[in-house]
Amino acid sequence: MAKINIKIEGIPFEVEAGQTILQAAKACGFEIPSLCAYNHGECSQGSCRVCLVEATGARGLVASCVYPVAEGMEITISSPKATAARRTSVELLLSNHNKNCQQCDKNGKCELLHVAKITGARDDMYQGEQTPVTVDKLTPSIMRDTSKCILCGRCVARCKNAHGLGILGFEKRGFNTIVAPAENRSFEKSPCILCGQCVSVCPTGALMEVSEIDKVDAAMKAGKYVVVQTAPAVRAALGEEFDMPIGTLVTGKMVAALKRLGFKKVFDTNFGADLTIMEEATELLSRIQNGGVLPMITSCSPGWVNYAEYNYGDLLPHLSSCKSPHEMFGAILKSYYAEKNGIDPKDMFVVSIMPCTAKKYEKDRPELSVNGLKDVDAVLTTRELGKLIKRSGINFVKLPDEEFDNDIVGEYTGAGVIFGATGGVMEAALRTAAYKLTGEELAHVELQEVRGFDGIKEASYTFAGTTVKVAVAHGMKHAKVLLDQIRDGKSEYHFIEIMGCPGGCIAGGGQPYVKPCFLPNEDNDILDTFKQKRAAALYRADASKALRASHKNPQIVELYETYLGEPNSHKAHELLHTTYAAKEKFAD
Amino acid sequence: MSHLQAAAVKKIHEICDRYVNDKTPLMMILSDIQKEYGYIPLEVQELVSERTGISVAEIYGVVTFYSFFSLTPKGKYVIGVCLGTACYVKGAQQILDKFSDIIGIKPGETSKDGLFTLDALRCIGACGIAPAVTINGKVYPKLTVDAVPKIVEEYKTMEANA
Repeated sequence: MAKINIKIEGIPFEVEAGQTILQAAKACGFEIPSLCAYNHGECSQGSCRVCLVEATGARGLVASCVYPVAEGMEITISSPKATAARRTSVELLLSNHNKNCQQCDKNGKCELLHVAKITGARDDMYQGEQTPVTVDKLTPSIMRDTSKCILCGRCVARCKNAHGLGILGFEKRGFNTIVAPAENRSFEKSPCILCGQCVSVCPTGALMEVSEIDKVDAAMKAGKYVVVQTAPAVRAALGEEFDMPIGTLVTGKMVAALKRLGFKKVFDTNFGADLTIMEEATELLSRIQNGGVLPMITSCSPGWVNYAEYNYGDLLPHLSSCKSPHEMFGAILKSYYAEKNGIDPKDMFVVSIMPCTAKKYEKDRPELSVNGLKDVDAVLTTRELGKLIKRSGINFVKLPDEEFDNDIVGEYTGAGVIFGATGGVMEAALRTAAYKLTGEELAHVELQEVRGFDGIKEASYTFAGTTVKVAVAHGMKHAKVLLDQIRDGKSEYHFIEIMGCPGGCIAGGGQPYVKPCFLPNEDNDILDTFKQKRAAALYRADASKALRASHKNPQIVELYETYLGEPNSHKAHELLHTTYAAKEKFAD
Repeated sequence: MSHLQAAAVKKIHEICDRYVNDKTPLMMILSDIQKEYGYIPLEVQELVSERTGISVAEIYGVVTFYSFFSLTPKGKYVIGVCLGTACYVKGAQQILDKFSDIIGIKPGETSKDGLFTLDALRCIGACGIAPAVTINGKVYPKLTVDAVPKIVEEYKTMEANA
């Protein structure tokens, strides 16, 4: 890239041509106050006017997030004119914003409040018309409050970029403009997959998860036998809630915190992941050997399952009938575990800590229950767990490392851990499928072909004469390519892994917010690298385990020997498998 | 979607296909549908979305941004009262209010019998004959509040005799 010379605040710098002023200034060590996700293509092109600066050669002040640098340009950030203009921009945004900041769950991670502080915005400078308020709390997963929305459009862009969906859009005009699903519908009455990607980019409290902390409190207070399980991706990100560097693995501290929070047992969802692999690998081989519906597609990601039910009702027989790992684990806890320990399953309350907002919806699906008891009773996101820990007077960073409970369930292998990254379910399934076909363990368990962040990955493996062609997609935009191939009868694959969120669960809609303005110690390109850093933590955890294939998990072996019989047995189907149904996109 | 007749589905597909090579076909498609059917309900927007790949929310956004597009059927007679600056200073607001009183509908609404739709328009470019009103394209120049009841009555009579 060609270099050009500019001056910022009178200091000469050499910067890359083609950059915006905001990017160039950041590279030179300046932090222009802005609401911008640093040109990640996910804001509405300089319309918020927060990042105004003076630049020679321009008429008036320019929005630094969209204005490109030019040879010889002199940029002034700190002049009285620029400082006052930025403050006015923020004051105008605040004039149409519901400022109940103390009650707002986004407080602490609100980019508007942050920019209000650093620009010195004054209260109530402008009074005038207000946008009519809509609060949508109808889904168990995500809520929308237009009184907090500043119309930046990041959510609109994210839904399109990640999924090609565009559930949210700008509606109406003038002060009536809102960002909403068509007809200002609830997410519940639109084909929203509840993945929470929009929540993860919203700068304010306009989009947030629906909290279930109260439910957990009530269960504790009622004296229920409250147990908790944590998804693999949580350990790779929870530390960020306590200002630890992105990619820090905090498994031991997380377990210690959960034990201090009063949970009777602290389990690893990875046990459920190992169980899922036993069921799913068996289902796959059975479909291949008995002429079943192929390709088979994974069903762990509830966002993906929602997408399939709304958009590909004709392809639902391709989905594995396996429940997702935490649902399987919930079902086992309320049957096998309760029986063995003399606990009445009705007294049991299973909490799942998940990187995901769609899991909140999933756990309320009527088909995910056994004998009238829900497999899982409450789902908290990684962010909610962070809140719970802070509220309870626990100094997370100083906690000792403790171990998960694993008396008769809870032991896990490396295969379970990698479920949290795109390609991980595929890799885990192949480790076990290879063993089932050849009777031998894979010499090299790390299947690099399905790792990494390409939108679609494909590979082909031959085990004992059986060739298994596989593909992996994450984000519905990429999944759609593979699904349309199936619809057109052109799919060559036997097995496809689909995860709803781009990058997989490590970048799920319930994970800690990655907002550069709150991460001064991270690299400038953190928005491009955080997924790799979190995934690397999971792959490290896998590599550190002695057992790395699900069928080697001794507790899983015992569970089958003493309780379930074989994978895909009648008992296993009763507890561990589910069904799907096509859904109308815009139901009345 | 189930409410749409096969012929309508075919027609809307045909309209979408007219603009397959356009970079930004949405305005043209919606404009043609508005002219063909007089309104663009959600189920039609869904159809356009499926055919073009443009999200329903985006289509709905365009339909609700431009007053030319309508989500509900318009009346047989569409009364457009210009509220542009010239008409406004010549008393167009009072004329709009009078139509509103007599027909019993607010601007943007359609009467229950489906006869009238009342629209408040931005400048229609007829400032020389302000205040101006159009009814199905026919222009009523330099209108006074007193003339309004007679005009409404004319259309009602015309309808009764039809």
